[in-house]
Amino acid sequence: MLSFILRRILLMIPTLLVVSVISFIIIEAPPGDFMDAYVDQLLQQQEAIDPAEIDSLRLRYGLDAPSYVRYFRWLGNILQGDLGRSLEWNQPVAKLITARLPWSLAISVASFIFAYALAIPIGLYSATRQYSIGDYIFTLIGFIGLATPNFLLALLILWYYFVATGNVAVGLFSEEYLVAPWSFARVIDLLKHLWLPAVVVGTAGTAGLIRVMRANLLDELERPYVMVARSKGLSEGKLLFKYPFRIAMNPVASTIGWTLPTLVNGELLASLVLGLPTIAPLFVGALLSQDMFLAGSVVMILSSLTLVGTLFSDIVLAWLDPRIRGAI
Amino acid sequence: MTQAPLLLSVDNLATHFFSQEGILEAVDGVSFDIHAGEALGIAGESGCGKSVTAQSILRIVPKNGKIVTGEISLIQNGETVDLVQLDDRGQEIRQIRGGEIAMVFQEPMAAFSMVYTIGNQITEVIRLHQECSQDEARERAIEMLQRVGMPQPEVTIDAYPFALSGGMRQRAMIAMALSCHPALLIADEPTTAVDVTIQAQVLELMKDLQRDMGMALIVITHDLAVISELCDRVMIMYLGKDVESAPADVIFRDPKHPYTVGLLRSVPELGEGHSQELDPISGSVPSPYRRPTGCPFHTRCPEFIPDVCDVHMPPQIELGAGHRVRCHLYVQD
Ligand SMILES: Nc1ncnc2c1ncn2[C@@H]1O[C@H](COP(=O)(O)OP(=O)(O)O)[C@@H](O)[C@H]1O
Ligand code: SF4
Ligand SMILES: [Mg+2]
Repeated sequence: MLSFILRRILLMIPTLLVVSVISFIIIEAPPGDFMDAYVDQLLQQQEAIDPAEIDSLRLRYGLDAPSYVRYFRWLGNILQGDLGRSLEWNQPVAKLITARLPWSLAISVASFIFAYALAIPIGLYSATRQYSIGDYIFTLIGFIGLATPNFLLALLILWYYFVATGNVAVGLFSEEYLVAPWSFARVIDLLKHLWLPAVVVGTAGTAGLIRVMRANLLDELERPYVMVARSKGLSEGKLLFKYPFRIAMNPVASTIGWTLPTLVNGELLASLVLGLPTIAPLFVGALLSQDMFLAGSVVMILSSLTLVGTLFSDIVLAWLDPRIRGAI
Repeated sequence: MTQAPLLLSVDNLATHFFSQEGILEAVDGVSFDIHAGEALGIAGESGCGKSVTAQSILRIVPKNGKIVTGEISLIQNGETVDLVQLDDRGQEIRQIRGGEIAMVFQEPMAAFSMVYTIGNQITEVIRLHQECSQDEARERAIEMLQRVGMPQPEVTIDAYPFALSGGMRQRAMIAMALSCHPALLIADEPTTAVDVTIQAQVLELMKDLQRDMGMALIVITHDLAVISELCDRVMIMYLGKDVESAPADVIFRDPKHPYTVGLLRSVPELGEGHSQELDPISGSVPSPYRRPTGCPFHTRCPEFIPDVCDVHMPPQIELGAGHRVRCHLYVQD
């Protein structure tokens, strides 16, 4: 198992390099360079421009070097935690991202827990009582959940929130905790706010997960090994969890890695509507204003986190199914 | 036949499957007895209801199927239990499964879960039926693996089923079934999934174990050679019906039912007078959803009597000691 994890981590390195190249290409994609953008900015502010000074700046930042040189320099900076500077915000990109990433991760994790906590028991129920009234009801609710756009759900919740509290923005903290230092009460306050975006972001995924869980389990329940386990005198409950459930979890577990990127989709609307300080609105802003260091870095970081997510998936899978341990 | 006590008595068992296509009468009126220590062979072409008969005894018929009539009496220590009357999820039947009656399944590949070691799956059944610690259960599992001829049992016990060869997997399966010393072992096509050399070894093993452990055995097969090797009695099935049953030597020497005659002719070396010519039964088994009227075999029977065989279901006739047949060619004397 340990050698599996090691091999798997080694395999991540080339993938990470590919990701970094793509991120760099994104950063370099707009015509002109950082300096052209800077010049534009100065022009807009109607300030005087000294072409000589611009050229010397270019030299200083190494912008005249060939792109592969600039790539390695950029990569070196990243490894030292320097992601470049956001023109739009006039702040280091690293600072912007670290300020928001934890909230995105918190929402991801919360919606993940929400989705799985709901989907696994419901999937289990539906599969073991296929075609029962309960199964039909959950299927119906599931389809409604699948069909409801996230933003609509967010708006509905926002409206409800407004009616209930009179506040417009939901945010992640109550006012008194907004800038307070961390404390137990602040964590509780965060959790009280977190469930809303978690529900908004997680609902569509939950419905999908229920379908997957139910279908997998129905498949597995038909397998000969289930009849064998039954023939040994195992009770239905023990049998279900020990044998088919564990296998049925495989495809569910393999989706863990993909939760993060799909969450960015879901999170974006939820964050915009609910007014949350997360990565997604930052990313969209960066794309709109061609703030490429910021955009490229967000891509880089989300992709890396996705890779970490798939690593985690694979470890869970390998734990669930010993056949996978030897496969990589 | 010695007078060993009766162990299991199946009487007029019928198990049907219900689906959109209609009702499938997988087992339709089957009766047989097994005495302690006896070996019964159930033979017939694929799809005639052999496996479903076994599943009915253990009450593990898939949930779209149901035992519609019949009694399955298990007699132990002078007490008789009708397994058909038990709750199929209840405590009582669960103690019988794996404990009193164990089963070896057709496909050792699919019969083990691939995500647990065979040791895990064997100790599970031991701890379910015997009071013992995990360590003791492991000891017993290793002993059992040793007994079925598993090479290096202390090592293989921790192997995952996918890492074993087909023959070893079948041995592990037999070890698992025997680990609680059942009074009756049902082996459903124990040798179909393994290659020929292993087949002989597995048969030899089953014979030895049955003799040593004094248990009764039901061997399900479509291969009559397996039956001649192992069994005291034989029941021949066709389309869910027990068309003929008799002591093994009687069946091979003097088969009565035209289907049995056909089956024997289609087996090299076993047929009457050791005829070299392989002579498979003409035609194919009718769809189980459209059972022929009258005798189920009449669409293929060379002895077919018009207006009798296709109209009336032949009753079961007793021809001699323990020799019963369902065919209009014979009459009760
Ligand atoms: N789970 C099931 N659902 C529907 N039909 C089944 C099921 N299991 C077996 N059958 C049908 O019952 C009949 C007898 O099957 P089986 O006992 O497995 O035959 P065999 O003699 O080859 O073991 C076949 O027609 C088969 O298609
Ligand atoms: S009853 Fe008639 S059709 Fe059936 S086996 Fe006997 S002779 Fe053949
Ligand atoms: Mg079968």
